Amino acid sequence: MASTYFRYSSPASFYPAARRLAPWFGVAAAVLAVAGLAVGLVVAPTDAQQGDAYRIIFIHVPAAWMSMFIYLVMAFWSALALGYNTRLSAMMAQALAPTGALMTFIALWTGAFWGRPTWGTYWAWDARMTSELILLFLYFGIIALRNAIDDPRRGDKACAVLTLVGAVNVPIIYFSVQWWNTLHQGSTISMTAAPKMASIMLTGLLLMSLAAWAYAIAVALARVASIIIERERGAMWISHLPEMRRLMSS
Amino acid sequence: MTPAAALEQDRAATGAVAPAFAWALARDLKLAFRSRAELGVQLLFYVIVVTLFPLASTPERTLLATLGPGVLWVAALLASLLSLPRLFAGDFADGTLEQMALSPWSLPALVSGKIAAHWLTTGLPVAVLAPLLGLQYALDAPALWTLAAGLLLGTPILSLLGAIGAALTLGLRGGGGLLALLVLPLCVPVLIFGAGAVDAVRAGLGAGANFSLLAAGLLIALVGAPLACAAALRIALD
Repeated sequence: MASTYFRYSSPASFYPAARRLAPWFGVAAAVLAVAGLAVGLVVAPTDAQQGDAYRIIFIHVPAAWMSMFIYLVMAFWSALALGYNTRLSAMMAQALAPTGALMTFIALWTGAFWGRPTWGTYWAWDARMTSELILLFLYFGIIALRNAIDDPRRGDKACAVLTLVGAVNVPIIYFSVQWWNTLHQGSTISMTAAPKMASIMLTGLLLMSLAAWAYAIAVALARVASIIIERERGAMWISHLPEMRRLMSS
Repeated sequence: MTPAAALEQDRAATGAVAPAFAWALARDLKLAFRSRAELGVQLLFYVIVVTLFPLASTPERTLLATLGPGVLWVAALLASLLSLPRLFAGDFADGTLEQMALSPWSLPALVSGKIAAHWLTTGLPVAVLAPLLGLQYALDAPALWTLAAGLLLGTPILSLLGAIGAALTLGLRGGGGLLALLVLPLCVPVLIFGAGAVDAVRAGLGAGANFSLLAAGLLIALVGAPLACAAALRIALD
């Protein structure tokens, strides 16, 4: 059993799996996003207090969840990369960073557009927004550190250390709404209590969240495949790949 | 191994931490003292940055008293950042750092000594000077004392976090700007609670909560940062 898991910790055996799985997750993301947007923009009723402005929730909340969750996944892979000195875990962390930065940016941007009609301002120095902005800077810092280091193995480890140090920020963002009584509202959805929103809105939100998950997985797999090919270009197994054979013969 | 031998080994191991810390601290302080002009430049930088804000915005006293704590904290952060690239660069260039990493002494202890020296030469003078500069911002006595106490608690965190960034960017292209990008976001909570303490005192609330959070951050940084910094140095030396 364990050997099946460890088989995929080698870039050579993970590469074909990543290439095969990425399009499936991409299709799933597209289908879920179409369904989620249809439910969210067409089926779901207009909110009594916020009017139609609330519909940005279907983009904003999934992006905000993913921005934090992707960082935690990066921290997990970074810890594995430092602890076990595995190459693929560091490559996964590297592949996730741009997607995490994108999700954070979308969460901030859509939040600004939501804030304008409901709070009357694009931006406020509220605890959750500020810490989400810091998260964006952390993603940028990790990507910039990676680009500044030429040796990929040193880049792997340096980024892993930075990711783990920055992980302190994630619980601060998550709990900021409870710790500081600021402008941003508390969570509407929780695992333990009954949902405080109409079930059709919840359906749309869940569909969009699944779409965001599928998108992040698809992009991360495609990116990690490219990283593997780039880093292992000197390795023998690359030249045995069917796509490489086709490239050579044409 | 007999219990007595194990105890003896433990004693030797714990003994190795304190001398390593003291040696690195004394050495870096001596080096800093021999280039006193450099220290003076850092402090002048701090004073000038603080002076620029009233000149560029407004000399109006109530507004300055509101802005003052934040400006003094940001200037302290920038002054700490200014000297960070040199924290390990000299020792890295002449091979001393490699010898430290190879020595039987614990690298986190040596690093802690260097960080302590960095704080004594940048953070401490900044905290001592702050009440004087705060007078220019029309802050009253309780606010000034809170500011200095907050800086005494907070500037060690800036040095500890900054050292991790300095170790990670050791020998890289565009080191200074990259270092700022890595370190500044991590320092934001320190800034918020430090300046928040002065605001709380000015609002008549007391600085207890902010000081507790700063002290908690300091304890976490004291334990974690030297380890992370030593790991980052070993990566850079690989």
